[in-house]
Amino acid sequence: MNSNNTNSGRRQFLVSATVAMGAAGVTAIATPLVSSMLPSAKTKSAGAPVEVDISSLEPGMMITQEWRGQPIWIVYRTTQMMEQLSKNTQFLADPDSNSSEQPAYCKNTSRSMSSHPEILVVVGICTHLGCSPVSKTKVGAADGMSSDWPGGFFCPCHGSKYDMSARVFKAVPAPFNMRIPPYKYLANKKILIGDDQGEA
Amino acid sequence: MRATLSRLQHWIDDRFPLTSVWRDHLAEYYAPKNFNFWYYFGSLATIVLVMQIVTGIFLTMNYKPDAKLAFASVEYIMRDVDYGWLIRYMHSTGASMFFVVIYLHMTRGMLYGSYKKPRELIWLLGMAIYFCLMAEAFFGYLLPWGQMSYWGAQVIVSLIDALSPALALWIRGDYVIADATLNRFFAFHVIAIPLLLCILVFLHIVALHSVGSNNPDGIEIKKVKDPSTGIPLDGIPFHPYYTVKDLVGLMAFFIVFFAIVFFSPEFGGHFLEANNFIPADPLKTPSHIEPVWYFTPFYAILRAIPQKQLGVIAMGLSVAIFLLLPWLDRGLVKSIRYRGTLYKTALFAFFSAFLVLGYMGTQNPTIWYVNPVSRVCSVIYFGFFFSLPWISRWDKTKPVPERLT
Amino acid sequence: MLKKILPFLLLLSVGFVHLSCEAEETVPLQHISINGTDYPSLQRGAKHFINYCVTCHGAKFVRYDLLKQIGLSKQQIEENLILTGSKISDDMVVAFSAKDATEWFGVAPPDLSVEARVRGADWLYSYLKGFYKDDTRPSGWNNVVFPNVAMPHVLYALQGTQVIGPTKDIQHLALTDLVVEKPGKLTPAEYNQFIYDLVNYMAFMAEPARETRIHMGYGVIIFLILGFALSYALKKEYWKDIH
Repeated sequence: MNSNNTNSGRRQFLVSATVAMGAAGVTAIATPLVSSMLPSAKTKSAGAPVEVDISSLEPGMMITQEWRGQPIWIVYRTTQMMEQLSKNTQFLADPDSNSSEQPAYCKNTSRSMSSHPEILVVVGICTHLGCSPVSKTKVGAADGMSSDWPGGFFCPCHGSKYDMSARVFKAVPAPFNMRIPPYKYLANKKILIGDDQGEA
Repeated sequence: MRATLSRLQHWIDDRFPLTSVWRDHLAEYYAPKNFNFWYYFGSLATIVLVMQIVTGIFLTMNYKPDAKLAFASVEYIMRDVDYGWLIRYMHSTGASMFFVVIYLHMTRGMLYGSYKKPRELIWLLGMAIYFCLMAEAFFGYLLPWGQMSYWGAQVIVSLIDALSPALALWIRGDYVIADATLNRFFAFHVIAIPLLLCILVFLHIVALHSVGSNNPDGIEIKKVKDPSTGIPLDGIPFHPYYTVKDLVGLMAFFIVFFAIVFFSPEFGGHFLEANNFIPADPLKTPSHIEPVWYFTPFYAILRAIPQKQLGVIAMGLSVAIFLLLPWLDRGLVKSIRYRGTLYKTALFAFFSAFLVLGYMGTQNPTIWYVNPVSRVCSVIYFGFFFSLPWISRWDKTKPVPERLT
Repeated sequence: MLKKILPFLLLLSVGFVHLSCEAEETVPLQHISINGTDYPSLQRGAKHFINYCVTCHGAKFVRYDLLKQIGLSKQQIEENLILTGSKISDDMVVAFSAKDATEWFGVAPPDLSVEARVRGADWLYSYLKGFYKDDTRPSGWNNVVFPNVAMPHVLYALQGTQVIGPTKDIQHLALTDLVVEKPGKLTPAEYNQFIYDLVNYMAFMAEPARETRIHMGYGVIIFLILGFALSYALKKEYWKDIH
């Protein structure tokens, strides 16, 4: 083994080049493996935007629509409910939804689109640990809440409370307001959930 | 930086023999310097095993071992999972290429007498790996739940039925191949056999590195050592010399492998059969069932024998007889290079018979020449093994040199 | 030794693949080459498939939105191709049950999702050209490529009615033995194009990843050839020590 006559510069270069090629090869083969764990085409297709007809929805009522396996609540708020919203501010953790997730067009007190402010469209999932809260829309103790309850949603898992704009109250485990999905109105009484192209 | 690494190395070495493992098995494992083409297939087999395990893990994430869902879940992988088609084709091509590599690896062993003393245990462990691989392939082939999957498994389990109906019933867990069978085959395919395979491969390599590699000359390089260092004069460190050489082999292999994966994943119906794109139907047998190519030599032997039980026994024997090879071969030299014409002719006849049987196993037995040719080849096949003690003894061998040529 | 055995091995493996592909073809098939990049053809084929096949055959592994892959927009698919009131994310399934179908045809029409991989494009093409009138069959039709098939000739209004011409060997019919008795709406050339498009689409549907696969294959092989050259140079460099 006479390593004297070996051109060590050339050897060094070839070793580096081979290592680089090996790294590229491993990355190339890891990419398909890793991306195979992303949502499949079928999942994405099933998660495509859904249309909801809200013509039968009346003030004070709420319907639940599934989108991407999650409950989407569509709530038609009464005038009293709308008036109560601005009075809740001091009790809320994030009244202006600064650290919460919603499309820009829903970043307001009613957390809804300006064309239909009374209609709330929200992902009905508690931001604490992913339970689905129950609606306690009646003001006061009628729904089993305390007498000063302004109406909203209550998560039975760990007691998080939200108001009628799905904004979280102070001193509950949930950190943020409930998420608003992208949506748009296809007609006056027809909502498309999951797609807001042309709205922003 | 370097000091930190060195400290880390010492810390580990005090607790785990890292440096000595590296030395004993790579940097100072002395391999004969005359390895040729045939010596690529051992390392290639290891790489294919790793590849099968990795792609298998990712297939398992989307596959459903349920008779109602299995076929659809495979199509789901092929269509909807990102790169699922690539992972599946790699796995299906890998299954066939595993056998290509293993058959060439075994051929190497037979050409150069690598099974002979002191490497009998390496050979036996290797055969155990081969048996596991056959089981692995058999179990795995049922999983796509297509017509060939189903009827192939039905036929093979019926062979067991010929020997013991109770055993066949126990294997199936039902009166025919059914959901229960699929579920347990899945368990065997994804955990039981792979675990066993990994352990056996580990032992195979431990035994090899303890005895040392054979070589195309069939000379023990440990016999001639440098008196001052104790290093075999004809040995070179496995790393870097054989790591870089095996890398070349790996690249060549990958070119073939990925050419099949990307341009001909069905490989003319040999790697993926057309009938396996029809969901399993227990009420309708395809007009022509043949096993996947790697089983066809043994299948041809089975069919060549007109009596069912005898056929099954002959088939089992044709696989198991390789186990006896180290003791059947009583030749004085290892390598084909120094064997005489008699042995060379016999070995060549055996290889030819094996290949022809492989071809006959794919053919419809109603073709007039299939059974007669299969019978002749079966006789040659067994004749080779049974006459080997005498052939190898009477063979006029050439003198073996002291050092590698 | 290697030099002696290797050519033998190669020869055998080539013969092996070749011969077993040729086995058991009774009727000579007409060859077509499918083209997964010919979007107009695939789009026409998709339309034919939905108009003529999905009434009886499902393609349960194929969602309508797969057609986006051959250049159709969501709107085009919804407006022109979905006839059943399905959503774009639904599979191409048939309205009636397999039980009904079995009563009508004797067998349930097979799902066609991967049919092109079962039969091959040439077979499908020849089969769709191989129908002829046969009053002894319950459906009134028979097929040269698939004798005594249960399926009637769905496309006869397009192809016209074929009958067996003056042939000597009624037992071994070939496509060339058929003659058109009553022409259909399409000329023979138009009909050939029609079923070519249909089969082309069916081949696409059977393996939607095919084009990606081949395209990607070139890149991978080029990368590996470079890798081979590089590692070969590296090996040469190290093995200078030995020789």
